[in-house]
Amino acid sequence: MAEEKKLFKVTIDNITIEVEPGTSILQAARKIGGDVAPPAMCYYTKLKGSGGKCRTCLVEVAAGSTADPRPMPKLVASCRTNVMDGMVVKNITSEKVIDARNGVVEMLLLNHPLDCPICDQAGECHLQDLSYEHGKESTRYEFDRRTFKKHDLGPYIQLHMTRCILCYRCVFTADQLTEKRVHGVLDRGDHSEIATYIEKSLENDFIGNIIDVCPVGALTDKTFRFKNRVWFLKPVDAHRNCNHPKCNGKVTLWYRGDEVFRVTARKDEWGEVEDWICNECRFDKKATADWVIDGPTKINRHSVISQGHYVGTVRPQEALYDVMGGRAPKLLMDIHSVSEVNRPEIDLSKLERPAHSTDFEANGTK
Amino acid sequence: MAPLTSRARSVDRKPMTVWERMYLPAIAKGMSITFGHMFKKKPTVNYPEKTRPFSPVFRGLHVLNRDEQGRERCTACGLCAVACPAEAITMEAAERLPEEVNLYREEKYAAKYEINMLRCIFCGLCEEACPKDAIYLSETFAPANYTRKGFIYGKEELLIPNPVTQPEEFAKAQGNRAK
Repeated sequence: MAEEKKLFKVTIDNITIEVEPGTSILQAARKIGGDVAPPAMCYYTKLKGSGGKCRTCLVEVAAGSTADPRPMPKLVASCRTNVMDGMVVKNITSEKVIDARNGVVEMLLLNHPLDCPICDQAGECHLQDLSYEHGKESTRYEFDRRTFKKHDLGPYIQLHMTRCILCYRCVFTADQLTEKRVHGVLDRGDHSEIATYIEKSLENDFIGNIIDVCPVGALTDKTFRFKNRVWFLKPVDAHRNCNHPKCNGKVTLWYRGDEVFRVTARKDEWGEVEDWICNECRFDKKATADWVIDGPTKINRHSVISQGHYVGTVRPQEALYDVMGGRAPKLLMDIHSVSEVNRPEIDLSKLERPAHSTDFEANGTK
Repeated sequence: MAPLTSRARSVDRKPMTVWERMYLPAIAKGMSITFGHMFKKKPTVNYPEKTRPFSPVFRGLHVLNRDEQGRERCTACGLCAVACPAEAITMEAAERLPEEVNLYREEKYAAKYEINMLRCIFCGLCEEACPKDAIYLSETFAPANYTRKGFIYGKEELLIPNPVTQPEEFAKAQGNRAK
């Protein structure tokens, strides 16, 4: 069969796989999956030109190809290096790679503030996962972490420049999804920051996607800000017929009780968005009535988001009703009548901004 | 059959002697033990006037801590609630307003914080999980109450008195174990 495309044979961590020519090492490793896939902070499959900046995906190439089996002298960024036939790659089996990755994580964390308790990204943050795997217990950095003048990016998006790791994903997103990009990376070196040149709000129909794309908590949803922790919410896949021609309306709704606290795009196992969604779907449709529910989102069981969500459990039938002749048991206390948390008259998910003390006082409760 | 232990003794079924049948010496012996206790040290503690010292690892009622300037430390990160095996803790967060800077330590704070003491098993995992030193298990018990409602502790019950305005109450609430 001469018409069949020649496939390249690559060995990554002693696992051999055949991939099409032109595939990057990272993509080949992701095909194998599991621990073999190197972590990536700046590379994003859906964004052209992304990658090569954060250096977390460094791998060792032990043999370049069958034609030239010499090893590559330095570690290479797997997101930007294409596979060759007969290439032998070492990721987690290489001491050098682990060491380099530890160094990269330490560098990324130099200026990253330790405000995970406040940050809305906590629980789904790639830098958190990465530092959990590779990070040191404390920093060796003796200087003050960099700080920035606060920029307001409009009513939808909250920017925390101190948390930014300058991956450029949001810049590529704005370039490739919206007609006119109004934000970018200003200044150079240690001063470089994500900002709009003159105070301008980001209001393009697809600009909300930069929230999903951000690997850290630098860009977060202002309408969800401080409302709840992601691990207390229940993700549910849903869709709606969106009028926007470029948006197919496939999203994940994040529920607490019956309230939709936030809407995000659906993400695959690598944390990458499956379909871009428009701002209307993301910010304005926060009622169950707007959506058609497709079923619970699959969350990796090692994620904190899946805590307390038991899959495939068989619940024994409640026998009490039969014993009591159909009557409900008398509750000694209904917690909802006593608890001050989640009061029905205080609807936090309906607020367009973070809750303030005034929202709680206005309803007569302290 | 061989006895199971070396301590097994066969029951003595001999008839009682005259001395034993008189009973009075046995009563005198018993009474001497009873009255002898009058002159011994009392093990009873007159609670609540006096209290026993707590063990250094005792885990009692929770307190929500403040910093030296009296600002609430809790940022409603939810780690105590996720660590809680009894699912006793719930909270609602809010953003600090500019005029509330001296009330809350961080940008975000717990507007509502509730511990259901009926569910709490006093394991101390919340204290361990807290990244902000905000929740501590103190040296007090949860007091008894006539209704179940009284065991839902909100921020009013849990928050430690302000060290700036009420230093005495703060020291009392902090207990002997602090520092």
